[in-house]
Amino acid sequence: MSQQHLVEIRDLTFGYGDGRIVLDQISLHVPRGKVTVLIGASGGGKTTLLRLISGQNKASQGQVLFDGQDVGALDRDGLYAMRRRMGMLYQFGALFTDQDVFDNVAFPLREHTALSEPMIRDIVLLKLQAVGLRGARHLMPSELSGGMARRVALARAIALDPELVMYDEPFSGLDPISLGTAARLIRQLNETLGLTSLMVSHELEATFAVCDHVIVLANGRVAQQGTPDEIRASANPLIQQYVTASPEGPVRFHYPGPSVEEDFGLSARSPA
Amino acid sequence: MSRFKRLNPAEIGYAVRGWLADLGHGARLFVRLLLGTFGSWRRFGLIRDQIHFLGNYSLAIIAVSGLFVGFVFGLQGYNILERYGSTEALGMMVALSLIRELGPVVTALLFAGRAGTSLTAEIGLMKAGEQISVMEMMAVDPIDRVLAPRFWAGVITMPLLGAVFSAMGVIGGWVVGVVMIGVDGGSFWSQIQGGVDVWDDVGNSLLKSLVFGIAVTFVALLQGYEASPTPEGVSRATTRTVVMASLTVLGLDFILTAMMFTV
Repeated sequence: MSQQHLVEIRDLTFGYGDGRIVLDQISLHVPRGKVTVLIGASGGGKTTLLRLISGQNKASQGQVLFDGQDVGALDRDGLYAMRRRMGMLYQFGALFTDQDVFDNVAFPLREHTALSEPMIRDIVLLKLQAVGLRGARHLMPSELSGGMARRVALARAIALDPELVMYDEPFSGLDPISLGTAARLIRQLNETLGLTSLMVSHELEATFAVCDHVIVLANGRVAQQGTPDEIRASANPLIQQYVTASPEGPVRFHYPGPSVEEDFGLSARSPA
Repeated sequence: MSRFKRLNPAEIGYAVRGWLADLGHGARLFVRLLLGTFGSWRRFGLIRDQIHFLGNYSLAIIAVSGLFVGFVFGLQGYNILERYGSTEALGMMVALSLIRELGPVVTALLFAGRAGTSLTAEIGLMKAGEQISVMEMMAVDPIDRVLAPRFWAGVITMPLLGAVFSAMGVIGGWVVGVVMIGVDGGSFWSQIQGGVDVWDDVGNSLLKSLVFGIAVTFVALLQGYEASPTPEGVSRATTRTVVMASLTVLGLDFILTAMMFTV
Protein backbone atom coordinates (compact mmCIF):
# COMPACT_ATOMS: atom_id res chain seq x y z
CA MET A 1 0.00 0.00 0.00
CA SER A 2 1.20 3.45 -0.82
CA GLN A 3 2.25 5.48 2.21
CA GLN A 4 0.53 8.50 0.72
CA HIS A 5 -2.88 6.91 1.37
CA LEU A 6 -3.99 6.56 4.99
CA VAL A 7 -7.10 4.58 4.04
CA GLU A 8 -7.42 2.31 1.06
CA ILE A 9 -10.46 0.29 0.11
CA ARG A 10 -10.12 -2.60 -2.30
CA ASP A 11 -13.00 -4.32 -4.13
CA LEU A 12 -15.26 -3.89 -1.12
CA THR A 13 -18.81 -5.23 -1.14
CA PHE A 14 -21.23 -4.68 1.73
CA GLY A 15 -24.88 -5.63 2.12
CA TYR A 16 -27.39 -5.89 4.92
CA GLY A 17 -29.11 -9.04 6.15
CA ASP A 18 -32.08 -8.55 3.83
CA GLY A 19 -29.80 -9.14 0.82
CA ARG A 20 -29.72 -5.47 -0.25
CA ILE A 21 -26.25 -4.58 -1.56
CA VAL A 22 -25.25 -1.09 -0.40
CA LEU A 23 -21.67 -0.98 -1.68
CA ASP A 24 -20.76 -3.09 -4.68
CA GLN A 25 -17.07 -3.83 -5.35
CA ILE A 26 -15.82 -0.33 -4.65
CA SER A 27 -12.18 0.71 -4.57
CA LEU A 28 -11.03 4.11 -3.32
CA HIS A 29 -8.35 5.81 -1.29
CA VAL A 30 -8.14 8.61 1.26
CA PRO A 31 -4.90 10.58 0.79
CA ARG A 32 -2.83 11.19 3.92
CA GLY A 33 -2.85 14.75 5.22
CA LYS A 34 -5.67 15.86 2.90
CA VAL A 35 -9.34 16.71 3.31
CA THR A 36 -11.42 14.18 1.38
CA VAL A 37 -15.14 14.55 0.78
CA LEU A 38 -17.49 11.68 0.13
CA ILE A 39 -20.63 12.67 -1.72
CA GLY A 40 -23.57 10.71 -3.03
CA ALA A 41 -27.30 10.24 -2.67
CA SER A 42 -28.86 9.70 0.75
CA GLY A 43 -28.90 6.01 1.63
CA GLY A 44 -26.04 5.45 -0.80
CA GLY A 45 -23.71 3.90 1.77
CA LYS A 46 -21.56 6.89 2.76
CA THR A 47 -22.09 6.54 6.50
CA THR A 48 -21.80 2.77 6.09
CA LEU A 49 -18.39 3.35 4.52
CA LEU A 50 -17.29 5.35 7.58
CA ARG A 51 -18.48 2.51 9.80
CA LEU A 52 -16.55 0.01 7.66
CA ILE A 53 -13.37 2.08 7.99
CA SER A 54 -13.77 2.23 11.77
CA GLY A 55 -14.53 -1.50 11.93
CA GLN A 56 -18.07 -1.04 13.30
CA ASN A 57 -19.34 -2.96 10.27
CA LYS A 58 -17.56 -5.76 8.45
CA ALA A 59 -17.34 -6.05 4.67
CA SER A 60 -18.92 -9.05 2.96
CA GLN A 61 -16.00 -9.06 0.49
CA GLY A 62 -12.89 -7.02 -0.12
CA GLN A 63 -10.54 -5.16 2.18
CA VAL A 64 -10.43 -1.95 4.18
CA LEU A 65 -6.84 -0.96 4.91
CA PHE A 66 -6.03 1.66 7.54
CA ASP A 67 -2.37 2.60 7.41
CA GLY A 68 -1.72 -0.78 5.82
CA GLN A 69 -3.68 -2.78 8.45
CA ASP A 70 -6.60 -4.91 7.28
CA VAL A 71 -9.44 -3.61 9.46
CA GLY A 72 -11.62 -6.71 8.88
CA ALA A 73 -8.89 -9.01 10.18
CA LEU A 74 -8.37 -7.17 13.48
CA ASP A 75 -9.59 -8.64 16.76
CA ARG A 76 -11.27 -6.48 19.44
CA ASP A 77 -8.01 -5.26 20.96
CA GLY A 78 -6.59 -4.53 17.53
CA LEU A 79 -9.73 -2.61 16.56
CA TYR A 80 -9.64 -0.56 19.75
CA ALA A 81 -5.94 0.21 19.22
CA MET A 82 -6.74 1.36 15.69
CA ARG A 83 -9.71 3.46 16.81
CA ARG A 84 -7.47 5.36 19.21
CA ARG A 85 -5.83 6.71 16.09
CA MET A 86 -9.20 7.86 14.71
CA GLY A 87 -11.76 10.46 15.66
CA MET A 88 -15.34 10.53 14.47
CA LEU A 89 -17.81 13.35 14.43
CA TYR A 90 -21.38 12.10 14.34
CA GLN A 91 -24.16 13.92 12.51
CA PHE A 92 -25.74 15.30 15.69
CA GLY A 93 -22.62 15.28 17.84
CA ALA A 94 -23.61 12.33 20.06
CA LEU A 95 -22.42 14.17 23.16
CA PHE A 96 -22.86 12.47 26.54
CA THR A 97 -25.95 14.22 27.81
CA ASP A 98 -25.13 13.65 31.49
CA GLN A 99 -21.76 15.43 31.22
CA ASP A 100 -20.94 19.07 30.60
CA VAL A 101 -18.85 20.32 27.70
CA PHE A 102 -15.58 20.03 29.62
CA ASP A 103 -16.20 16.45 30.73
CA ASN A 104 -17.29 15.42 27.23
CA VAL A 105 -13.98 16.58 25.78
CA ALA A 106 -12.03 15.16 28.72
CA PHE A 107 -13.72 11.75 28.37
CA PRO A 108 -11.25 10.12 25.92
CA LEU A 109 -8.29 11.60 27.80
CA ARG A 110 -9.48 10.20 31.12
CA GLU A 111 -10.22 6.82 29.55
CA HIS A 112 -7.01 6.36 27.60
CA THR A 113 -4.29 8.33 29.33
CA ALA A 114 -2.83 8.54 32.82
CA LEU A 115 -2.52 12.33 32.62
CA SER A 116 -3.06 14.37 35.76
CA GLU A 117 -6.24 16.46 36.04
CA PRO A 118 -4.36 19.79 35.64
CA MET A 119 -2.81 18.44 32.42
CA ILE A 120 -6.20 17.19 31.17
CA ARG A 121 -7.66 20.61 31.97
CA ASP A 122 -5.06 22.35 29.83
CA ILE A 123 -5.53 19.97 26.89
CA VAL A 124 -9.33 20.25 27.05
CA LEU A 125 -9.19 24.04 27.13
CA LEU A 126 -6.78 24.04 24.17
CA LYS A 127 -9.11 21.82 22.15
CA LEU A 128 -12.11 23.96 23.09
CA GLN A 129 -10.14 27.06 22.16
CA ALA A 130 -9.50 25.50 18.73
CA VAL A 131 -13.25 25.18 18.12
CA GLY A 132 -14.05 28.56 19.72
CA LEU A 133 -15.90 27.19 22.75
CA ARG A 134 -13.45 27.61 25.62
CA GLY A 135 -15.97 29.88 27.30
CA ALA A 136 -18.73 27.26 27.03
CA ARG A 137 -16.91 24.64 29.09
CA HIS A 138 -19.52 24.58 31.89
CA LEU A 139 -22.57 24.28 29.64
CA MET A 140 -24.56 21.06 29.40
CA PRO A 141 -25.28 19.59 25.94
CA SER A 142 -28.96 20.57 26.30
CA GLU A 143 -27.85 24.23 26.49
CA LEU A 144 -25.95 24.10 23.18
CA SER A 145 -27.20 24.88 19.67
CA GLY A 146 -26.78 22.19 17.00
CA GLY A 147 -23.69 23.90 15.59
CA MET A 148 -22.10 24.32 19.02
CA ALA A 149 -22.79 20.68 19.89
CA ARG A 150 -20.98 19.59 16.75
CA ARG A 151 -18.03 21.83 17.55
CA VAL A 152 -17.80 20.31 21.03
CA ALA A 153 -17.97 16.85 19.45
CA LEU A 154 -15.17 17.93 17.12
CA ALA A 155 -13.06 19.03 20.08
CA ARG A 156 -13.72 15.62 21.66
CA ALA A 157 -12.86 13.82 18.40
CA ILE A 158 -9.45 15.52 18.22
CA ALA A 159 -8.72 15.27 21.97
CA LEU A 160 -6.30 12.37 21.50
CA ASP A 161 -4.66 13.95 18.42
CA PRO A 162 -5.87 11.28 15.99
CA GLU A 163 -4.41 10.70 12.55
CA LEU A 164 -7.79 10.38 10.84
CA VAL A 165 -10.94 12.34 11.63
CA MET A 166 -14.19 11.26 9.99
CA TYR A 167 -17.11 13.66 9.80
CA ASP A 168 -20.61 12.36 9.17
CA GLU A 169 -22.59 15.21 7.60
CA PRO A 170 -21.06 17.92 9.79
CA PHE A 171 -23.00 20.72 8.09
CA SER A 172 -26.58 19.43 8.13
CA GLY A 173 -28.97 21.88 9.72
CA LEU A 174 -26.41 24.69 10.05
CA ASP A 175 -27.14 28.25 8.99
CA PRO A 176 -24.90 29.65 6.18
CA ILE A 177 -22.60 31.52 8.59
CA SER A 178 -22.08 28.53 10.88
CA LEU A 179 -21.66 26.29 7.84
CA GLY A 180 -18.87 28.43 6.38
CA THR A 181 -17.20 28.71 9.80
CA ALA A 182 -17.40 24.96 10.36
CA ALA A 183 -15.95 24.20 6.92
CA ARG A 184 -13.04 26.59 7.48
CA LEU A 185 -12.50 25.11 10.94
CA ILE A 186 -12.20 21.60 9.51
CA ARG A 187 -9.64 22.83 6.97
CA GLN A 188 -7.74 24.79 9.60
CA LEU A 189 -7.59 21.86 12.03
CA ASN A 190 -6.49 19.54 9.25
CA GLU A 191 -3.54 21.79 8.48
CA THR A 192 -2.52 22.83 11.98
CA LEU A 193 -2.83 19.37 13.56
CA GLY A 194 -1.57 17.46 10.52
CA LEU A 195 -4.72 15.35 10.30
CA THR A 196 -6.29 13.39 7.50
CA SER A 197 -9.98 14.25 7.18
CA LEU A 198 -12.75 12.24 5.57
CA MET A 199 -16.07 14.03 5.38
CA VAL A 200 -19.53 12.91 4.27
CA SER A 201 -21.44 15.94 3.07
CA HIS A 202 -24.21 17.16 0.81
CA GLU A 203 -23.07 20.78 0.94
CA LEU A 204 -21.02 20.82 -2.24
CA GLU A 205 -20.14 24.52 -2.35
CA ALA A 206 -18.86 24.69 1.20
CA THR A 207 -16.97 21.40 1.06
CA PHE A 208 -15.49 21.89 -2.42
CA ALA A 209 -14.02 25.16 -1.15
CA VAL A 210 -12.03 23.44 1.61
CA CYS A 211 -11.31 19.92 0.33
CA ASP A 212 -8.50 18.41 -1.71
CA HIS A 213 -10.06 15.18 -2.86
CA VAL A 214 -13.63 14.21 -3.78
CA ILE A 215 -15.14 10.74 -4.04
CA VAL A 216 -18.56 10.40 -5.65
CA LEU A 217 -20.59 7.33 -4.70
CA ALA A 218 -23.58 6.45 -6.85
CA ASN A 219 -25.76 3.36 -7.03
CA GLY A 220 -23.38 1.46 -4.74
CA ARG A 221 -20.26 2.19 -6.81
CA VAL A 222 -17.56 4.84 -7.01
CA ALA A 223 -18.62 7.02 -9.91
CA GLN A 224 -15.48 9.16 -9.84
CA GLN A 225 -12.73 10.43 -7.55
CA GLY A 226 -10.43 13.39 -8.05
CA THR A 227 -9.86 17.03 -7.16
CA PRO A 228 -12.85 19.37 -6.83
CA ASP A 229 -11.94 20.95 -10.18
CA GLU A 230 -11.80 17.57 -11.88
CA ILE A 231 -15.20 16.68 -10.46
CA ARG A 232 -16.72 20.00 -11.56
CA ALA A 233 -15.30 19.55 -15.06
CA SER A 234 -16.42 15.95 -15.41
CA ALA A 235 -18.50 15.14 -18.47
CA ASN A 236 -20.00 12.12 -16.69
CA PRO A 237 -23.78 12.79 -16.59
CA LEU A 238 -23.96 11.17 -13.18
CA ILE A 239 -21.38 13.58 -11.74
CA GLN A 240 -23.05 16.50 -13.45
CA GLN A 241 -26.33 15.54 -11.82
CA TYR A 242 -24.68 15.93 -8.40
CA VAL A 243 -22.79 19.09 -9.19
CA THR A 244 -25.84 20.81 -10.68
CA ALA A 245 -28.22 19.26 -8.12
CA SER A 246 -30.54 18.19 -10.93
CA PRO A 247 -33.47 15.86 -10.22
CA GLU A 248 -33.11 14.41 -13.73
CA GLY A 249 -30.22 12.09 -14.50
CA PRO A 250 -28.85 8.62 -14.06
CA VAL A 251 -29.01 8.64 -10.25
CA ARG A 252 -32.26 6.95 -9.39
CA PHE A 253 -34.67 8.87 -7.20
CA HIS A 254 -37.17 6.06 -6.66
CA TYR A 255 -36.40 3.12 -4.44
CA PRO A 256 -36.66 -0.09 -6.50
CA GLY A 257 -40.20 -1.55 -6.43
CA PRO A 258 -43.21 -2.47 -8.57
CA SER A 259 -43.95 -0.18 -11.51
CA VAL A 260 -46.45 2.70 -11.20
CA GLU A 261 -48.75 0.93 -13.69
CA GLU A 262 -48.69 -2.21 -11.60
CA ASP A 263 -49.36 -0.40 -8.29
CA PHE A 264 -52.21 1.79 -9.61
CA GLY A 265 -53.65 -0.83 -11.98
CA LEU A 266 -53.24 1.49 -15.00
CA SER A 267 -52.53 -1.28 -17.53
CA ALA A 268 -55.77 -3.09 -16.59
CA ARG A 269 -57.90 0.03 -17.00
CA SER A 270 -59.67 0.27 -20.36
CA PRO A 271 -59.37 3.55 -22.27
CA ALA A 272 -62.33 5.93 -21.98
CA MET B 1 -57.40 -29.91 16.05
CA SER B 2 -57.94 -27.24 13.37
CA ARG B 3 -55.90 -24.78 15.45
CA PHE B 4 -52.90 -27.07 15.28
CA LYS B 5 -53.24 -27.38 11.51
CA ARG B 6 -52.86 -23.63 11.16
CA LEU B 7 -49.49 -23.67 12.93
CA ASN B 8 -46.73 -23.28 10.41
CA PRO B 9 -43.67 -25.36 11.39
CA ALA B 10 -41.39 -22.80 9.75
CA GLU B 11 -42.79 -20.05 11.95
CA ILE B 12 -42.32 -22.17 15.06
CA GLY B 13 -38.74 -22.87 14.02
CA TYR B 14 -38.14 -19.18 13.35
CA ALA B 15 -39.56 -18.22 16.75
CA VAL B 16 -37.52 -20.87 18.58
CA ARG B 17 -34.37 -19.79 16.77
CA GLY B 18 -35.04 -16.17 17.69
CA TRP B 19 -35.65 -17.14 21.31
CA LEU B 20 -32.39 -19.12 21.41
CA ALA B 21 -30.53 -16.20 19.84
CA ASP B 22 -31.94 -13.85 22.52
CA LEU B 23 -30.90 -16.32 25.19
CA GLY B 24 -27.42 -16.47 23.70
CA HIS B 25 -27.16 -12.66 23.58
CA GLY B 26 -28.26 -12.50 27.21
CA ALA B 27 -25.80 -15.16 28.35
CA ARG B 28 -22.96 -13.50 26.47
CA LEU B 29 -23.77 -10.11 27.98
CA PHE B 30 -23.92 -11.63 31.47
CA VAL B 31 -20.48 -13.22 31.02
CA ARG B 32 -19.05 -9.96 29.68
CA LEU B 33 -20.52 -8.08 32.66
CA LEU B 34 -18.79 -10.49 35.00
CA LEU B 35 -15.55 -10.21 33.03
CA GLY B 36 -15.82 -6.43 33.25
CA THR B 37 -16.00 -6.67 37.04
CA PHE B 38 -12.33 -5.98 37.62
CA GLY B 39 -12.37 -2.83 35.52
CA SER B 40 -15.51 -1.60 37.27
CA TRP B 41 -14.18 -2.10 40.79
CA ARG B 42 -10.93 -0.44 39.79
CA ARG B 43 -12.97 2.70 39.10
CA PHE B 44 -15.21 2.53 42.12
CA GLY B 45 -16.35 6.12 41.58
CA LEU B 46 -18.55 4.95 38.70
CA ILE B 47 -20.23 2.33 40.91
CA ARG B 48 -20.56 4.82 43.80
CA ASP B 49 -22.37 7.32 41.54
CA GLN B 50 -24.78 4.63 40.38
CA ILE B 51 -25.41 3.42 43.94
CA HIS B 52 -26.40 6.99 44.73
CA PHE B 53 -28.58 7.22 41.65
CA LEU B 54 -30.30 3.83 42.03
CA GLY B 55 -30.34 3.58 45.81
CA ASN B 56 -30.81 7.08 47.08
CA TYR B 57 -33.50 7.98 44.59
CA SER B 58 -35.37 4.71 45.30
CA LEU B 59 -35.16 5.15 49.06
CA ALA B 60 -38.29 7.27 49.46
CA ILE B 61 -40.63 4.94 47.58
CA ILE B 62 -39.14 1.87 49.31
CA ALA B 63 -39.39 3.41 52.80
CA VAL B 64 -42.94 4.72 52.33
CA SER B 65 -44.11 1.44 50.76
CA GLY B 66 -42.53 -0.52 53.60
CA LEU B 67 -44.27 1.66 56.16
CA PHE B 68 -47.69 1.24 54.57
CA VAL B 69 -47.26 -2.51 54.11
CA GLY B 70 -46.32 -2.60 57.82
CA PHE B 71 -49.50 -0.64 58.72
CA VAL B 72 -51.65 -3.13 56.80
CA PHE B 73 -49.84 -6.10 58.31
CA GLY B 74 -50.23 -4.70 61.79
CA LEU B 75 -53.96 -4.26 61.27
CA GLN B 76 -54.69 -7.53 59.48
CA GLY B 77 -52.35 -9.48 61.74
CA TYR B 78 -54.04 -8.15 64.84
CA ASN B 79 -57.52 -9.03 63.50
CA ILE B 80 -56.46 -12.61 62.75
CA LEU B 81 -54.41 -13.20 65.90
CA GLU B 82 -57.16 -11.78 68.09
CA ARG B 83 -59.42 -14.70 67.07
CA TYR B 84 -56.89 -17.08 68.62
CA GLY B 85 -56.06 -14.84 71.56
CA SER B 86 -52.43 -14.56 70.59
CA THR B 87 -52.04 -10.88 69.72
CA GLU B 88 -48.71 -10.85 71.57
CA ALA B 89 -47.30 -12.77 68.57
CA LEU B 90 -48.06 -9.80 66.28
CA GLY B 91 -44.46 -8.59 66.22
CA MET B 92 -43.09 -11.96 65.18
CA MET B 93 -45.75 -12.40 62.51
CA VAL B 94 -45.12 -8.99 61.01
CA ALA B 95 -41.34 -9.34 61.18
CA LEU B 96 -41.13 -12.86 59.72
CA SER B 97 -43.56 -12.08 56.91
CA LEU B 98 -41.62 -8.99 55.98
CA ILE B 99 -38.11 -10.33 56.40
CA ARG B 100 -38.68 -13.71 54.76
CA GLU B 101 -40.99 -12.75 51.90
CA LEU B 102 -42.46 -9.33 51.44
CA GLY B 103 -39.29 -7.35 52.08
CA PRO B 104 -37.18 -8.88 49.31
CA VAL B 105 -40.06 -9.50 46.86
CA VAL B 106 -41.91 -6.18 47.09
CA THR B 107 -38.61 -4.27 47.15
CA ALA B 108 -37.52 -6.11 43.98
CA LEU B 109 -40.84 -5.34 42.27
CA LEU B 110 -40.62 -1.67 43.26
CA PHE B 111 -36.96 -1.59 42.27
CA ALA B 112 -37.86 -2.98 38.85
CA GLY B 113 -40.48 -0.26 38.42
CA ARG B 114 -38.41 2.60 39.78
CA ALA B 115 -34.76 1.87 38.99
CA GLY B 116 -35.05 -0.92 36.37
CA THR B 117 -37.13 1.16 33.97
CA SER B 118 -34.81 4.10 34.50
CA LEU B 119 -31.78 1.95 33.62
CA THR B 120 -33.44 0.52 30.51
CA ALA B 121 -34.58 3.92 29.27
CA GLU B 122 -31.19 5.48 29.96
CA ILE B 123 -29.22 2.80 28.09
CA GLY B 124 -31.80 2.68 25.28
CA LEU B 125 -31.73 6.45 24.82
CA MET B 126 -27.93 6.46 24.93
CA LYS B 127 -28.08 3.94 22.11
CA ALA B 128 -30.63 6.00 20.18
CA GLY B 129 -28.48 9.12 20.63
CA GLU B 130 -25.42 7.25 19.30
CA GLN B 131 -23.65 7.67 22.65
CA ILE B 132 -22.95 3.93 22.86
CA SER B 133 -21.67 3.94 19.30
CA VAL B 134 -19.45 6.98 19.87
CA MET B 135 -18.01 5.27 22.94
CA GLU B 136 -17.11 2.21 20.88
CA MET B 137 -15.62 4.54 18.30
CA MET B 138 -13.45 6.07 21.04
CA ALA B 139 -12.17 2.55 21.85
CA VAL B 140 -14.07 2.51 25.15
CA ASP B 141 -16.06 -0.66 25.80
CA PRO B 142 -19.61 0.46 26.75
CA ILE B 143 -20.18 -2.79 28.65
CA ASP B 144 -17.25 -2.06 30.96
CA ARG B 145 -17.84 1.69 31.16
CA VAL B 146 -21.65 1.96 31.25
CA LEU B 147 -23.28 -1.39 31.97
CA ALA B 148 -20.93 -3.02 34.51
CA PRO B 149 -20.97 -0.14 37.05
CA ARG B 150 -24.77 -0.04 36.89
CA PHE B 151 -24.97 -3.80 37.30
CA TRP B 152 -22.82 -3.87 40.44
CA ALA B 153 -24.57 -0.81 41.83
CA GLY B 154 -27.92 -2.62 41.45
CA VAL B 155 -26.54 -5.78 43.06
CA ILE B 156 -25.22 -3.81 46.05
CA THR B 157 -28.27 -1.58 46.38
CA MET B 158 -31.03 -4.19 46.38
CA PRO B 159 -30.18 -5.95 49.71
CA LEU B 160 -29.83 -2.54 51.40
CA LEU B 161 -33.20 -1.40 50.08
CA GLY B 162 -34.76 -4.74 51.07
CA ALA B 163 -33.46 -4.27 54.61
CA VAL B 164 -34.85 -0.72 54.72
CA PHE B 165 -38.24 -1.98 53.48
CA SER B 166 -38.39 -4.69 56.16
CA ALA B 167 -37.28 -2.31 58.91
CA MET B 168 -39.85 0.30 57.91
CA GLY B 169 -42.51 -2.44 57.72
CA VAL B 170 -41.77 -3.57 61.28
CA ILE B 171 -42.01 0.06 62.43
CA GLY B 172 -45.35 0.35 60.57
CA GLY B 173 -46.61 -2.80 62.29
CA TRP B 174 -45.49 -1.42 65.66
CA VAL B 175 -47.24 1.91 65.04
CA VAL B 176 -50.56 0.24 64.23
CA GLY B 177 -50.30 -2.71 66.63
CA VAL B 178 -48.71 -1.11 69.69
CA VAL B 179 -49.32 2.65 69.44
CA MET B 180 -52.78 2.66 67.85
CA ILE B 181 -54.40 -0.64 68.91
CA GLY B 182 -52.63 -1.12 72.22
CA VAL B 183 -50.79 -4.44 71.89
CA ASP B 184 -48.14 -4.73 74.58
CA GLY B 185 -44.88 -3.20 73.30
CA GLY B 186 -42.69 -5.52 75.33
CA SER B 187 -44.39 -8.60 73.85
CA PHE B 188 -44.16 -7.13 70.35
CA TRP B 189 -40.37 -6.68 70.50
CA SER B 190 -39.54 -9.76 72.56
CA GLN B 191 -41.49 -11.98 70.12
CA ILE B 192 -39.41 -10.54 67.29
CA GLN B 193 -36.21 -11.05 69.25
CA GLY B 194 -37.11 -14.64 70.05
CA GLY B 195 -38.68 -15.61 66.70
CA VAL B 196 -36.37 -14.13 64.13
CA ASP B 197 -33.11 -15.93 63.51
CA VAL B 198 -30.25 -13.78 62.27
CA TRP B 199 -28.84 -16.34 59.83
CA ASP B 200 -31.93 -18.32 58.81
CA ASP B 201 -34.24 -15.36 58.42
CA VAL B 202 -32.26 -12.14 58.03
CA GLY B 203 -29.38 -13.86 56.21
CA ASN B 204 -31.68 -15.64 53.76
CA SER B 205 -33.62 -12.41 53.26
CA LEU B 206 -30.45 -10.59 52.27
CA LEU B 207 -29.47 -13.49 50.02
CA LYS B 208 -32.85 -13.34 48.31
CA SER B 209 -32.48 -9.61 47.79
CA LEU B 210 -29.02 -10.14 46.34
CA VAL B 211 -30.32 -12.69 43.82
CA PHE B 212 -33.26 -10.42 42.95
CA GLY B 213 -30.84 -7.52 42.55
CA ILE B 214 -28.78 -9.52 40.06
CA ALA B 215 -31.92 -10.59 38.17
CA VAL B 216 -33.68 -7.21 38.02
CA THR B 217 -30.58 -5.17 37.17
CA PHE B 218 -29.45 -7.65 34.54
CA VAL B 219 -32.89 -7.77 32.88
CA ALA B 220 -33.03 -3.95 32.85
CA LEU B 221 -29.56 -3.59 31.35
CA LEU B 222 -30.12 -6.33 28.79
CA GLN B 223 -33.39 -4.79 27.63
CA GLY B 224 -31.81 -1.35 27.33
CA TYR B 225 -28.74 -2.63 25.52
CA GLU B 226 -30.75 -4.74 23.07
CA ALA B 227 -33.45 -2.09 22.57
CA SER B 228 -34.18 -0.91 19.08
CA PRO B 229 -32.77 2.66 18.96
CA THR B 230 -36.13 4.32 18.29
CA PRO B 231 -38.76 5.88 20.60
CA GLU B 232 -41.00 2.82 20.15
CA GLY B 233 -38.05 0.48 20.74
CA VAL B 234 -37.10 2.17 24.02
CA SER B 235 -40.74 2.26 25.11
CA ARG B 236 -41.19 -1.46 24.42
CA ALA B 237 -37.91 -2.30 26.15
CA THR B 238 -38.99 -0.38 29.27
CA THR B 239 -42.27 -2.28 29.40
CA ARG B 240 -40.46 -5.59 28.88
CA THR B 241 -38.16 -4.76 31.79
CA VAL B 242 -41.07 -4.46 34.22
CA VAL B 243 -42.83 -7.58 32.95
CA MET B 244 -39.76 -9.81 32.68
CA ALA B 245 -38.11 -8.59 35.89
CA SER B 246 -41.33 -9.01 37.91
CA LEU B 247 -41.98 -12.52 36.61
CA THR B 248 -38.35 -13.48 37.14
CA VAL B 249 -38.47 -12.22 40.73
CA LEU B 250 -41.67 -14.12 41.50
CA GLY B 251 -40.36 -17.30 39.91
CA LEU B 252 -37.02 -17.06 41.68
CA ASP B 253 -38.78 -16.32 44.96
CA PHE B 254 -40.61 -19.62 44.81
CA ILE B 255 -37.41 -21.52 44.04
CA LEU B 256 -35.41 -19.74 46.74
CA THR B 257 -38.17 -20.11 49.34
CA ALA B 258 -38.40 -23.82 48.58
CA MET B 259 -34.63 -24.14 49.02
CA MET B 260 -34.33 -21.96 52.12
CA PHE B 261 -37.38 -22.61 54.24
CA THR B 262 -38.46 -26.16 53.44
CA VAL B 263 -38.04 -28.47 56.38
